Amino acid sequence: MSAGPIVLRETGTVRAPLVETLHQWVTTVDHKRLGILYIVYALIFLILGGIEATIMRIQLIRPLNDFVSPQVFNRMFTMHGTTMIFFVAMPLVFGFGNYLVPLMIGARDMAFPRLNAFSFWMTAFGGLLLYFSFIGGDGLYGAGNAPDVGWFAYAPLTSQTFSPGHSTDFWTLALLVSGFGSIGTAINLATTIVCMRCPGMTLGKMPLLAWMNLVMSGLVILAVSPLSAAQIMLMVDRYLGGHFFDTQAGGSAVLWMHFFWVFGHPEVYVLVIPAFAFASEIIPVFSRKAIFGYPVMVAATVGIGFISMSVWAHHMFAVGMTSNSNTFFVLSTMAIAVPTGIKIFNWLGTMWGGKILFKVPMLFCIAFLFQFLIAGLTGIMQGAAPFDWQLTASYFVVAHFHYVIVGGILFTIFAAFYYWFPKASGRMYSESLGRLHFWLFVIGFHLTFDFMHVPGVLGMPRRIYTYEPGRGWDIWNVIITIGAFFQAAGILVFLYNLLWSYFHGEIAGSDPWDAWTLEWTTTSPPPGYNFATVPEVQSRRPLWDLKHPEDPDWKYE
Amino acid sequence: MYCLIAAESAIFSIFVVAYLFYTGKSLTGPQPRDVLRVPVFFTICLLSSSLTIHFAVKSLERGKARAFALWWLLTIVLGSLFLAGTAQEWHHLIYEEGLTIQTNLFGTTYYSLVGLHAFHVTVGLLALASVSAFAVLGHVKKEHAGRVEVLSMYWHFVDAVWVVVFIVVYLIGR
Amino acid sequence: MKASGRTTSRALFAYLGAAVAAFAQPASGAWSPTNIFAPDSTPADTIFGLSIFVLAVTGAIFAVVFTLLAYAIVKFRKRAGDDDREPAQIYGSTQVELAWTVIPVLIVVVLFLATARVIASVQNAARPRGAIEVTVIGHQFWWEYRYPDLKVVTANELHIPVSDSVHPAPTFLTLLSADTDHSFWVPRLAGKTDLIPNHPNSMWVDPHETGLFLGQCSQYCGVQHALMLLRVYVQPRDEFDRWIKQQSQPAPVSETASAGQRIFEATACVSCHTVAGTAAKGRFGPDLTHLMSRDTIASGALRNTADNLRRWIRNPAAIKPGCLMPAMGLSDPDLDAITAYMETLR
Repeated sequence: MSAGPIVLRETGTVRAPLVETLHQWVTTVDHKRLGILYIVYALIFLILGGIEATIMRIQLIRPLNDFVSPQVFNRMFTMHGTTMIFFVAMPLVFGFGNYLVPLMIGARDMAFPRLNAFSFWMTAFGGLLLYFSFIGGDGLYGAGNAPDVGWFAYAPLTSQTFSPGHSTDFWTLALLVSGFGSIGTAINLATTIVCMRCPGMTLGKMPLLAWMNLVMSGLVILAVSPLSAAQIMLMVDRYLGGHFFDTQAGGSAVLWMHFFWVFGHPEVYVLVIPAFAFASEIIPVFSRKAIFGYPVMVAATVGIGFISMSVWAHHMFAVGMTSNSNTFFVLSTMAIAVPTGIKIFNWLGTMWGGKILFKVPMLFCIAFLFQFLIAGLTGIMQGAAPFDWQLTASYFVVAHFHYVIVGGILFTIFAAFYYWFPKASGRMYSESLGRLHFWLFVIGFHLTFDFMHVPGVLGMPRRIYTYEPGRGWDIWNVIITIGAFFQAAGILVFLYNLLWSYFHGEIAGSDPWDAWTLEWTTTSPPPGYNFATVPEVQSRRPLWDLKHPEDPDWKYE
Repeated sequence: MYCLIAAESAIFSIFVVAYLFYTGKSLTGPQPRDVLRVPVFFTICLLSSSLTIHFAVKSLERGKARAFALWWLLTIVLGSLFLAGTAQEWHHLIYEEGLTIQTNLFGTTYYSLVGLHAFHVTVGLLALASVSAFAVLGHVKKEHAGRVEVLSMYWHFVDAVWVVVFIVVYLIGR
Repeated sequence: MKASGRTTSRALFAYLGAAVAAFAQPASGAWSPTNIFAPDSTPADTIFGLSIFVLAVTGAIFAVVFTLLAYAIVKFRKRAGDDDREPAQIYGSTQVELAWTVIPVLIVVVLFLATARVIASVQNAARPRGAIEVTVIGHQFWWEYRYPDLKVVTANELHIPVSDSVHPAPTFLTLLSADTDHSFWVPRLAGKTDLIPNHPNSMWVDPHETGLFLGQCSQYCGVQHALMLLRVYVQPRDEFDRWIKQQSQPAPVSETASAGQRIFEATACVSCHTVAGTAAKGRFGPDLTHLMSRDTIASGALRNTADNLRRWIRNPAAIKPGCLMPAMGLSDPDLDAITAYMETLR
């Protein structure tokens, strides 16, 4: 029998003057506030990145269009990619991790609160530095100098010869700075998870979200560092006359690619593993069942973490590596599909036999399952190297990775927003606005990214500011652009929902979802110290045990 | 600190990979075997500083603050000697052999790798020096042994990196 | 590459091949002249075969998992009349989890083996005698083609002979770059291969049909990456030989256009362009010796007409903003003269 959700008495608060509030936010070392800062920061950059995407899509709606010049377009795709990865997706993932991990493991804060604040402000500064490039510096190609070398900045296009002026330097330095911030957060998360779990919470009893943040942190530590190293080398080339990637002096452009993708591939796992974490917390609650196969989920995640460090050159199949190298990377790429696919089955197994509630978080998670399935399958297609020799650097791969990042990661992030918004704000969001957001966004997403596979297969390369008529690409580009506007509308509804609900939503209480992990035992929003008394747990779902004393989890684990 | 060491190891690995990859590929200019002299004495200095810092930590754990301060100071001296040796080597390479970071692939990768290491030694020495300052003023006590040990882990890491750099640059690369 | 073994799978692939062939179309290009599912050369054919196999396998996986997910959502939803009891809590099942680990591993092994075979067959193909050798040099933002054995240098429009099984005549391309990274992608002939400075690559094609095959640069190389187009003319052997012969001649000397030639040689044109047999020996820009033998100029961006040529010479940046050919600020009479001179370069 269910005892129902836990209800705690709220305490009243008095409003402080604005200046004092701002000061508190700027100087905070509280993981919850830093988490919210990360998330709000990311949402602002989501809008900027979205505007960049919209500009590109308008330019590409018909062949030989002249909505923007090629110089502007090239800056748009560079900034869009860089912004979305480094200043939207990563801050969102770190923000949620920061907010949730201590709460879910029964800790009062992160292990290094000041390092936490430092890491946030480093990341924030990096984003501002990147966007300052629009007005700062000087260069050859006209006013405004956002970088235009693509988000992976291949050498030798980034050398002084081909990128005079400072636009590339803004890219390099902004990411170097925010990279140090990312490493700081990863160190913090890893230490917190390893050292600060509450009594009774062994590694085998902590929520999957904690496990996945631990693996993610390990990946950040091992993967962001190579990017930092490569960027230092690039600066040495550009300013100290070095020759790391100087092909005229015998240097290797391919070496940059290896270094970049050694970072770049684990990076996408850094983004997707927390997405898995959100799905693994939300799907059980809205299916009213425990996660199916917890130990295998952990093992699969750790396995994915390890294998992800060995697949990087599948981004380089067309570069001219030996057949043995290509074959090795085909093997590792296909191998990583196994633990990833297993997770989909585990989520399916969780829903199987459950009682599914179609609240907004669950809607997004269900869409995630279908979309991530497709994304994974198009990934396997490209893992077959010869097939990739046609598909790489075309709109097929653009469709694939947006399927993963938007259809997979962003959808679960939306789910996470709706799921934990009541906890963080104390109020429920509007369910009907949430549904409107969902449907607008799903329609827009599929219009854009389903059909985007077609021009790829019909020979349309990526990063082109215009295209010839008569290639058969025209109608698809129109559909893709229309979808972009649906997605924009969805995001606007989402932001409005967040704002409106913050002020007018009904009071949520501490456990609106009748959920089972520790964050729901404290008030909404939680007090600064998180828990009045440090909790002690006996199973993976401490609240389930409390609500079902006759049938607790620890009997079965 | 373990996490930080992991991240730093990843950064150094990339520089080591670049160094090894470019071995023998310089199109012009001085080659390693022509100009590099194996820095035996200064390597011994740096590696012994690992020993001295170990003794320092052990002393502090036993509450012997004076012994700690002396071993700690000795570590700083040895580390500084190492840096002086690097400076001397670079002076020789730049002014007498004409090898700079711009000269060729060897120059670029050598100065970057050894320079990155020297930078980490410098940062380490600054941290050690500030602890020294506190020690001299009598503020470092037995209960701080844990923190001092964490710092000594960083120093051991810097030494371990030097072992790798030494092997790669002065043994394999020549 | 054919799937090995079972006839049922062959039937399935045939069905799928037909489905995808609906996507493909003959060289006249109902859907697209750059359709990867309309291969016309052995490497593209081989890739096409593998892609059908991979699509079949992934399609089957999709169908199964999609059905299971859809079924779960419908069958296990909470219904209006349901009580509040929690459903049975099932924490896992060793058999099920083992099954859904082993099966994917097997699928991966099969896909991997199929892929490895194709990699080897394309990358390690032997060079038969009589292969046409072409060196492709990528520039910002045009293509240079050199036929070292046949002593021909040209730009932007590649001519190669058709190849059939009786008289195989594949073309081997050595891919180099003069500046940044580029990529040679003509989808109907082969997968793409990058052109990377200081890293020579090679690829081969053996087109089965004559005709014009389109493509474009597929590795971002700078401002005008989008209009660095590829045009590959596959010709019958005798036509190809005639073309080679014509291309190996120096430029025809003509009295009437020498005014234009003088302006060409006096302005900085010669520092970038070559016209064989004259003083113009620049290598930074395309070889112009037989400019009039090409259908397009500006690496495929413009039809090769007198008007377009004049517009291009007058101000390249108006057509390809950011391209590296400067506007020389020529007066109208000079422009007319130079265009007339160019028109003699057949």
